[in-house]
Amino acid sequence: MQAKLSVRNVYKIFGDTPAAALERLRQGESKAAILEASGATVGVQDASFEVGEGEIFVVMGLSGSGKSTLVRMLNGLIPPSSGEILIDGEDIASCSPQTLRRIRREKVAMIFQHFALFPHWTVVGNVAYGLKVKGMGAAERRARAMETLEQVGLAPWADSLPSDLSGGMQQRVGLARGLATGPQILLMDEPFGALDPLIRRQMQEELLILQKTLKKTIVFITHDLNEALLLGDRIAIMKDGQLVQTGTAQEIVTAPADDYVAAFVADIDRGRVFTAEDISGPPTAVQLHSDTPDQARRLMEDADSHALHVVDGERLVGLVTYKDLTAQSPDAMGRPGTLRQALITDFATTDGNAPLHTLYTDAGSGLPIAVTDGRKRLVGVVQPRDVLAQLSTETQAPTTEATDAQPR
Amino acid sequence: MLSPADLATLPFDDWVNAFVRGWLVPNFRPAFRAAQVPVTLVLNNLNAFLLFVPMLLTTAAFAAVAWRVVGSGMAIFTLVGFAFIDMIGLWPETMTTLAMILTSVIFCAVIGIPLGILSARSDRMWKVMRPVLDIMQTIPSFVYLVPIVMLFGVGMAPGIIATIIFALPPIVRLTNLGIRNVRSDLIEAAHAFGSTGWQMLWDVQIPLALRTIMAGLNQTLMLALSMVVITALIGAGGLGLVVNTGLGRLDVGGATAGGVGIVILAIVLDRITQGLAEKAKVGRVSLGRSLLGLLRFQGSGGSGSGAQIKKAG
Repeated sequence: MQAKLSVRNVYKIFGDTPAAALERLRQGESKAAILEASGATVGVQDASFEVGEGEIFVVMGLSGSGKSTLVRMLNGLIPPSSGEILIDGEDIASCSPQTLRRIRREKVAMIFQHFALFPHWTVVGNVAYGLKVKGMGAAERRARAMETLEQVGLAPWADSLPSDLSGGMQQRVGLARGLATGPQILLMDEPFGALDPLIRRQMQEELLILQKTLKKTIVFITHDLNEALLLGDRIAIMKDGQLVQTGTAQEIVTAPADDYVAAFVADIDRGRVFTAEDISGPPTAVQLHSDTPDQARRLMEDADSHALHVVDGERLVGLVTYKDLTAQSPDAMGRPGTLRQALITDFATTDGNAPLHTLYTDAGSGLPIAVTDGRKRLVGVVQPRDVLAQLSTETQAPTTEATDAQPR
Repeated sequence: MLSPADLATLPFDDWVNAFVRGWLVPNFRPAFRAAQVPVTLVLNNLNAFLLFVPMLLTTAAFAAVAWRVVGSGMAIFTLVGFAFIDMIGLWPETMTTLAMILTSVIFCAVIGIPLGILSARSDRMWKVMRPVLDIMQTIPSFVYLVPIVMLFGVGMAPGIIATIIFALPPIVRLTNLGIRNVRSDLIEAAHAFGSTGWQMLWDVQIPLALRTIMAGLNQTLMLALSMVVITALIGAGGLGLVVNTGLGRLDVGGATAGGVGIVILAIVLDRITQGLAEKAKVGRVSLGRSLLGLLRFQGSGGSGSGAQIKKAG
């Protein structure tokens, strides 16, 4: 993946003498000491990361962690005190105002926490704003804005005023306004933070669906770790202006870099982070025609399980339980029972990428869940007890210290 | 008793005299004379127009606007009030006063709104502007009447220039306030989409500050009205002259008639401009559109489709 956006050693210092404060910071003085001495506040300290084309990069941090400052530096709304911000190799931090305007008009769009819709314009007028700034004619920009509104499902409200819409709808307008100019990069500053939980979940899912077709490079700011884990291809955790850890959701949950991150991930919904694949075991199964019930029972005893999948050639046909096989009695002619007689054909299957929380119901039945590939072949088996075990796993960092670093 | 005056006395009044009479007037009188040309031009045309239009038509137009932007009560007040003015024989004077006020307000808007915008965009500009506005608002208007007469002479135009000085501060202050109060996230959004300064101003700042700017315009209008009597002292005509003449002759009746005329005009203009300011907020449509709405009303008002108008209002 090619880096669309790279941020290199970016600092932001608020105050009258940023250069002096920067020098002190580089010499290792603490932020509190710098504030005391020069009155300068450190907003972002030595942030470096790269975002690949088509990737959703989530920056997660609590209020005051500098995440909003960071995202505003990416399109030059706040100029960095030091460092480079490269979009396709062009440095936002040092380019001319004309270049910056061109980049903002053509490459980078922003979506705001409180929507920031213009109250004096209709929905379609808002969506067309970026096009108007570019100098597009009225008829053409309305047509383009309508197309974008279709995408977010708001075309019927094109001529309403933003204040007539609900929060979720307003943010869709914000999203459409960002998408209308056809930018390659979307900066989303806590876009769903002001929405109620139900709408937020819905918007998150819609964003993921949209992203499948749009393939934008997205920098997404949030204070909600669950949101970060759900949306982010990669996640950066930010604390006091510094990036504490950058990695995929699984990396962050399984190997938190420090107590701060550990404290965060301690109470996240692990069911949304891990997938069926992460906890599945080897695809053990018996052949419907060639294997006997006895062989199946032995396999189960070895694996310490009470049910086993049955395949016919490569095709998964069902499963048998230890209990059913044991209860089988020879038929009237004295022949032993067959696998076919004990076969349960109503069984649960799942995709390897399915998040764990989608397996709760199936795990509740007590039977193992088959992980299948695109051609319905058995590639793994998820034991119900593993689903529950994964959900209750403690993170690796010591919990006592983690409590001290509890986020405010 | 020791006082600073024992040590030295400053001939401050002589200094001012020397400055104004000795330097400003001889050197710059032609320049100031030339500066009043546009004022005279606008004023004369407006005055001629208002005196030319029949009283009933003017009254009907004002009543219609009052109905459109305020309500039927105000429209009736306008009809009765203007009819009263006409019946006490002060219609031409009222129209002259109206022309003077409109001229002052037009120039205040032309000068004051850009100054307010500049003040809002630059803290340095506002630092300079603020004490100037403070002085303009606190200095008694009689003080600058004398130099104005010296520089511009007597008559209508100097009266309007004095009115402009007196009535300018609120429109500057409120334009500045309105633009500074535009939500910062909207400014940020406009920046994020790559707006230039002008695009920001036209598309975002002015439309969103419009209501406050209109309130400033209303204040300016009211101050201009309050100068009517004072400017009559330096030769401006209209209702102010009627009041002054009444005072000079101890003619209580005449002075009161002029005063009543001013009050009626003041109420009508105040309510209409306040109504326009309210509209700038409630409808949240552009000024152009609300003005267009007014025109449309006046068109349909003739055919008497009252129900439709009420709904539109």
